[in-house]
Amino acid sequence: MPPRTAALGGRLPERLVRHLITPLLRAAAPLTSPLTPDDYLGLLDPLLDARHPAGRVTALRAETDDATTLLIRPGRGWAGHRAGQYLPVGAQLDGSWHWRTYSLTSPPERRDGLLTITVKAVPGGRVSPYLAHRVRPGTVLRLGPAQGEFTLPPAPRPRMLMITAGSGLTPVMGLLRTLLDRGDACGHPDVVLLHSAPDAAASIFRTELRLARERLAWLRYHEHHTRATGRRLAPGDFERLCPDWRERETWACGPASLLDAIEEHWGRAGLTDRLHVERFRLTPLAPAAATAVGGPVRFTRSGVETTTDGSEPLLEAGERAGVAMPYGCRRGICFGCLAPLTYGRIRDLRTGDIHDEPGRLLQTCVTAAVGPTALDL
Amino acid sequence: MVTTTPTAPQLSPSRIEDLGKELDELRAEITAARGHEDARYIRTVIATQRGLEIGGRLALAVSILPPAWLAGTAMLTTAKILENMELGHNILHGQWDWLGDPAIHSTTWEWDAIGPVDAWKHSHNLLHHTWTNVLGRDRDFGYTVSRLSPDQRWYPFHLLQPVYNALGIPFFDFGVAVYDMEPDGVITGRKSPRDFLRDAAALTRKATRQLAKDYVFFPLLAGPSALPCLLGNLTANTARNIWTHTVIFCGHFPDGVRTFTEEEVADETRGQWYLRQIQGSANIEGSPLFHVLSGNLSHQIEHHVFPDLPSNRYAQIAPRVRDLCERHGIPYVTGPLTRQYASMWARILRHALPNRA
Ligand SMILES: Cc1cc2nc3c(=O)[nH]c(=O)nc-3n(C[C@H](O)[C@H](O)[C@H](O)COP(=O)(O)OP(=O)(O)OC[C@H]3O[C@@H](n4cnc5c(N)ncnc54)[C@H](O)[C@@H]3O)c2cc1C
Repeated sequence: MPPRTAALGGRLPERLVRHLITPLLRAAAPLTSPLTPDDYLGLLDPLLDARHPAGRVTALRAETDDATTLLIRPGRGWAGHRAGQYLPVGAQLDGSWHWRTYSLTSPPERRDGLLTITVKAVPGGRVSPYLAHRVRPGTVLRLGPAQGEFTLPPAPRPRMLMITAGSGLTPVMGLLRTLLDRGDACGHPDVVLLHSAPDAAASIFRTELRLARERLAWLRYHEHHTRATGRRLAPGDFERLCPDWRERETWACGPASLLDAIEEHWGRAGLTDRLHVERFRLTPLAPAAATAVGGPVRFTRSGVETTTDGSEPLLEAGERAGVAMPYGCRRGICFGCLAPLTYGRIRDLRTGDIHDEPGRLLQTCVTAAVGPTALDL
Repeated sequence: MVTTTPTAPQLSPSRIEDLGKELDELRAEITAARGHEDARYIRTVIATQRGLEIGGRLALAVSILPPAWLAGTAMLTTAKILENMELGHNILHGQWDWLGDPAIHSTTWEWDAIGPVDAWKHSHNLLHHTWTNVLGRDRDFGYTVSRLSPDQRWYPFHLLQPVYNALGIPFFDFGVAVYDMEPDGVITGRKSPRDFLRDAAALTRKATRQLAKDYVFFPLLAGPSALPCLLGNLTANTARNIWTHTVIFCGHFPDGVRTFTEEEVADETRGQWYLRQIQGSANIEGSPLFHVLSGNLSHQIEHHVFPDLPSNRYAQIAPRVRDLCERHGIPYVTGPLTRQYASMWARILRHALPNRA
């Protein structure tokens, strides 16, 4: 069988795409200016539009009561990923696209070309309950480029430790599955995985991991149940369950409290450079009250930070701090001042609406920071 | 004096602020109601436009057959009108940014016009929408070459304005592209020659691509139909230009539309800003299809009051804005296309001559 590619949703042989279809589309570009052939192809099937990469949900697998794995066939624009990376996923809810980041749990070279993400429904959340409970096979999701440095080093490490809690297991699962897929010829590292969940039923991937533990000599897997033990995973547990933790390169992902404890512990041992941490929440979010005070605002590209009150437009805060801010009408009309939100919460000064999606384009002239915020400027 | 320069209605400051509050509430109501119906609307228009464009191009490829020429030219004209008006103009205003769709966003959209998008966004979204009908600030009021109000200074070249306005109509998009570069700003020193040259280079690049597509590549591909194909493309571009010129000139220049002085708007409140937008714009009445083809700029008043609300909502809010105007005694300028068009031309003719003492 010829190799298949993600390029046309796995339907066309890679050589045909590479030698015929892609050059043809490139040649047709002057005919569709200022659009591209992709903009027209996307009308036939969104997966054909490489300019706005998309994927189609092909199947769903319940992992626990509130976590679901989505199997996604990526379209032409998908550029691949490295194990452990995450991607922005766009879901259409009531007409508009909402973007959230999810870790890829599939190895980069899955034979069927599918991607998987595992989403845990956050109570009261906008997107995760939809993805975990309501999305149906056939749904088209937008896929941003894979990113993140929570990956395997190029040179294999002989011993590895992985510490996770809750849905923090997802990026580690991407790493583990990649190691599992590697043939025995290249020699497997010795892996210890410590995972914390409320109880067995709430522990994602447990069947797969327990089977792997029985089958593979190089994998040790320990489940910590907070409900039965009445306490969370703590540094004492790492010492006890994995006495040689100092000799292992470590990957950790979970709630902020766990990661903070790990960073501190590794820091004290002077081993920070052997620790990889992935955080699902970039900063603690401030309360959403309309009366909330402002907060420190960082301009990530300019490297400038300033403080604002809850009513000062971000545009003015930036200008005051000497950042070259794009601006226009200063009345929320012209959209000349749009800037992407890196993290944090902002309030639309006209409507009082709060937004906190990273990547969202803000009209800085009519938005103010609510708590610690950063703009990509 | 024969001119009709409407005077400002005498509204008390508190009344103007009430007006502002009511319009803010209307805006909030529509913003909250936006949803999948609106999303479906704009995606349908996009699909229709691209379908018409493909159909038109295919038919023009065999346009040596007269019915194919007619059908192809009609489809391509309609596609180009939709592309500029209901799609380009409105998407570039940020009306659809709330979709969160990078494919339909004011920061990523490019349109099938000679001029680059950035220059237009600056002169249109910023200068025109902020300074609507403020003499000396809104360059769109007469586009720096025409005199449309007795309060504008008369120069002898204005005697020719009926002629150059009429001759310019078929080349309207060229005119807009050159105008967006603000050549007048270089003369007055507002724009540096260096910035001007940079903009001119960007315009040349974009214009070359657009002209090559319509007048070289597609005719060449049409083989024996090359000449009719080229003529079909020329017809479509020209018809689109005549149409956009008509709609745009009827939006601010019919009789009854007010102009303002810089002093009047010096410390404008939000309510006063709304009032100026209403008084500085004129609507055109027509069928739903007409509204779509005009990019809903037939609801120019609603568009100027809420430039970033999705265009498909203007028809719905128009009766409410009109009712609000009636309650506050604010003139609401509207009329059928023929009347607005005649009124606009009368204004061009009238102000070609200096004011009578
Ligand atoms: C790099 C990275 C990788 C991620 N990978 C995964 C993954 O593999 N699987 C997965 O399920 N999620 C993952 N997330 C989290 C995910 O992006 C969303 O934040 C989460 O699904 C909640 O989205 P929502 O729209 O439902 O909630 P929102 O509507 O955004 O938030 C609703 C409420 O939930 C709170 N909240 C938001 N996010 C979280 C959170 N992560 N934990 C607890 N409370 C929260 C908010 O403060 C708010 O009060 C990842 C995040 C990052 C940054």
